[in-house]
Order: sequence, then structure tokens, then C-alpha cells
Amino acid sequence: MATAVSCRGLTKRYGDVLALDDFTLDVPTGAVFGILGPNGAGKTTLLRLLTGLAHPTAGEATVGGLNVSAQAPAVHRRISFLDQSPQYYSWMRGRELVTFAGELFGLRGHELRTRVDEALALTGLTDAAHRRIGGYSGGMRQRLGLAQALVNRPEVLFLDEPASSLDPAGRHEILAAIAALRSAATVCMSTHILADVERICDMVAILNHGRLLVSAPVAELQARYAQPAFELELVASQGDTAEQFIAALRAAPWAGEVARQGDVVRVIAVDTAAAGREILPLVAARGVQLQRFERTRPSLEDIFLRLTSTSNTAAPEKVQAS
Amino acid sequence: MDGFAVFLRKELRESLRTNRLLVVVAIFAVLGIISPLTAKYTPELLKSLGTSSGGVTIIFPTPTVRDAIAQFIKNVAGTGILVAVLLPMGLVAREKERGTAAFVLTKPLSRLAFLTAKLVSLGLTLTAGVAIGALATYWYTALLFTPVSLGGFFGASLLVLLSLLVYASFTFLGSTLLSAQLPAAGIGLAGWIVVSILGIFPGIEPYTPAGLLDPASRLALGLTPQHLWVSIAASVAILVVVLLLALLSFRGQELVTNS
Repeated sequence: MATAVSCRGLTKRYGDVLALDDFTLDVPTGAVFGILGPNGAGKTTLLRLLTGLAHPTAGEATVGGLNVSAQAPAVHRRISFLDQSPQYYSWMRGRELVTFAGELFGLRGHELRTRVDEALALTGLTDAAHRRIGGYSGGMRQRLGLAQALVNRPEVLFLDEPASSLDPAGRHEILAAIAALRSAATVCMSTHILADVERICDMVAILNHGRLLVSAPVAELQARYAQPAFELELVASQGDTAEQFIAALRAAPWAGEVARQGDVVRVIAVDTAAAGREILPLVAARGVQLQRFERTRPSLEDIFLRLTSTSNTAAPEKVQAS
Repeated sequence: MDGFAVFLRKELRESLRTNRLLVVVAIFAVLGIISPLTAKYTPELLKSLGTSSGGVTIIFPTPTVRDAIAQFIKNVAGTGILVAVLLPMGLVAREKERGTAAFVLTKPLSRLAFLTAKLVSLGLTLTAGVAIGALATYWYTALLFTPVSLGGFFGASLLVLLSLLVYASFTFLGSTLLSAQLPAAGIGLAGWIVVSILGIFPGIEPYTPAGLLDPASRLALGLTPQHLWVSIAASVAILVVVLLLALLSFRGQELVTNS
């Protein structure tokens, strides 16, 4: 798969602070790529280096095969960038700003008007486009930021916390708009909202203290960190039937730890395949009624917390997945 | 220069829509109008307040066109320079402060085009101000005294403009170097103070932007100016050096985003 964004040993130091440390990463073309990390992890620094706003202390970054430091003008023709808390020119009207952004990319006439209309419609700003930006709410400015970033149909779109200041409805719209760009553009999106990454990203890189902890497709990461656990939610008030069922579970050779919390029974399997086969027949044999049965998948939050807590307490182990 | 024309249009619209141009033009218009009026009516005003006290009689000479021009130059050297120093303080610093510089400079707009468009816009704003102020002074001087040579007055106005551009360039450099408006204005004010101190020394004054004002006054009155070309060359040299410093410092500067 072709690479849209590549970092090799990218390092950024501000005085004594190492903001980004020997960062190596490849973002495949067409991916929606989440850059995840706690505050101060180096996400914004990474985006600033990738957009040419800051210069690396060491290493290099390329976008579309072009070196960001040496070929910044060519890189800027191919990308768009959305700031975390965009301010823009308060005296301009919404449409005016998107038009201005399009003009900077050399768009003119009918094509410019069409692109501006498209971008405003996609971000739900058509009705507010005639209003002055100074009167926009934070969420509207964020959506305007996305509109101006889309007007040039960029090859690579860099988004710094694009949904952090939006209400749930606004977040839903923005994330849907970003997800719709899949394949049409490569999206690199920094965020600390794990649910957003889980919802729209194909791949994720987790950073902490300026270091890359892991980079992998979201599904692969979930599989890698999956625990061999099953959860059964029992219908309430089954009395002895439930107790006997739990005792049978504990006696099963494929079950390790069996824990009950209210009506939820959690089984950690020692033989995952056998447990997957045997649990439901055991439920039927014991006449237990189930509300829910699932093989638990770790959420991105579980993985994130595991990785970042490990890196906080010990020297970070770098894992670079394909 | 990538994006220069588009960004210059934005700068000019901003100047109009934020009333920056209007304010500058209004200040210079007032300066232009009150200069000949002050020269003409101050002696009469003082006379009407009483010129004789305790046996001492104060005699006011009849005001002339020379007084009107001198008053205009004096006003420009005070309020005019203050406007020129304060006008550019936010031009670059405010864009960096708000993150709009990062917004436009991640698009196909070169840093050279960004700064040049701002300089052209600043120059046009000051030119409009000086033009209106000079026209007002010319008109009221002709009404209240006698008309001065149009060519000479035009030349004098160009010298005044060049002088103001040099003072404005100090703040522009400050605005480029720093990310906050007030410290940028501080650099401009410091430049003005240094130039004023240097101007105290007679041998150095012609080489400062303040050294342009005496030749301007003489040109307006149809007299032969002294050290005209030396002063022009020195001011142009200062302007070019300061602007080059601004361009060079901005070229490698890292820009902040709103995080």
C-alpha cells in the first residue's frame, strides 16, 4: 500500500523539553489515521512538523513523497490543516473565508463557487455562510475550519482535535464528514477522544511523552490486546439455577477465573476455543436464561490506558506494527 | 510569489472593513486641516485674550505661509509618527497570536508573499493618510495664506511619507519578530526614541528619517533643500535594511497553532 505520510526519526526539542523523540511512522494512502495520546504527548507538535509550521531538530517527514522541510510550498499545495481552536478573521463572513482559502489554492470562477458550496453544505454551514465569523460559536468555527480545509480537495488532511469543542450532534456531523473522506483523502487526525478514533479511524498511533508506543490498524490492536474473556448477562432472579450454572462453569476444564458481579458473569478462559464452543451448550443444559452473551473485546480506551500507564512507569517499549 | 495578489486583496479588505484605513485617513485629515488653521488663528486668539500685562507688550508677527507649513511638519513629526509607529503593531504579531498566520501559511502562500502583501497594504494606508492630510494642508494654506508651489508641496509630501514609512518599519520588524502586539509597538517606539536622540546631534540628523522633514519644509516653500539626497538615501537604506531583517527573521520562524 502506498504511503501518504512518512516520518523517519522525527525529533523535536524545545530547549530541555523533548516534545517528539525519534518518531517513525507510515500512514497509508486513503486511511483515516488517528493520532492518540494524552495532553502533552506530542500530537500537536507532530502535526506542526508535518505541516511545515515547525522544523524538526532531527529526522525528516515526507508528505506524498515530498520532504516537508525542503519542499514546503509543494507540500502546501497538497494538504489542508485544521487547527484545534481556529480563530480566523472575525470581520469576514463564513463564505468569504472558504472562498479566500480556495483562492489561495488558485481556484477561480465557477469551480471555486461549486467547491465553496460543496464544502459549506458538507459541514452544515450553508445557512450561516453569510454571517460574520465574529458571531460564530466555537462549534461553528470548527465546522468552518473543516469547510476551508476541504475546499481544495486535499490529498492529505491534517486535523488537530477536530471534534473536541463540539456538542454531540456537531461531533456526529463532523465525524461523519471526515469518515466520508475515506479513500478520497488521507486523514491524519489527532485526538484524545477515544470514541472518535474507534468510530471512524482505520489505523491508530498512540503517543506518550513524545514517543510512539504503538501504531496499527484499530482491529489488529484490539485483537492483539484482546483478553480470552466471555461475558454472560443472566436474566435476574433465577436463584439456584444461576448458582448451579456458575458452579458448573468453575468446574469446566476450559475455564480459568469465573467472577460474578450482579447478573453479569465474566469467564476468563484457559482454552478460548473450547470455551467458545462449550459455554452456550452448558447454558442450555442448565436451563439458564440469558440476556446477553459476548466475547469481550478490549475497547481502545482499555488498550490506551494499558499502554500509557506502562509507558508512564517504565521505559517505553516501542511496538511498530505493520 | 505564491498567493500574493489574493492575500493583498484580503489585507486591503481588512483595512477597509475594520476601519483601519478610515481612522488613519481621518487623523491625517484633521492634522492637515488644523495645521494652517492653527498657524493663522493662534496669534489672533492670543491677541483677543490680551497681549499686554504689567507693562509688557507681546507683539505677534503676522502669520505667513511659512508658519502653516512649519505647523504641518510639526504635526506630522508628532502625531503622524505616532500613528505610523502604532499602525503596524498587530499586522504580523496579531496573525501569529490568533493562529491565522498558521492557517494561511499552510496553504500555497509563501512567507515572502505574506509579508510583502502586508507591507504594500501598510504603505498604501499611510500613503492615503499622508495624501489626504497634505491635500487638506495645501487647500487650507491656499485659502488662508497664499498658494504654495504644487510641485514643491508634492515633493515635500513624498519626503514626509518616506519618513513615516521608516518609523513604521521599526514596528513592522517588531511585529514580525514577536507574537504580541504591545511588545511590537514597544520596538517601534524604541526605534523612534533612538532616532530622536540621534537627531540631537547636528551631524547625524540628516541621516535619520527626521532629517527628511527640514528638506520637506524647504521644498514646500519653494526653497532649495539642504542634504536632500543624502537624507533620502539614508532613509531608503534604513527602510531596506529593516525590512530585509523582517523578511529574514520571518523566513525560518516557527508558527504556533491554537492548541
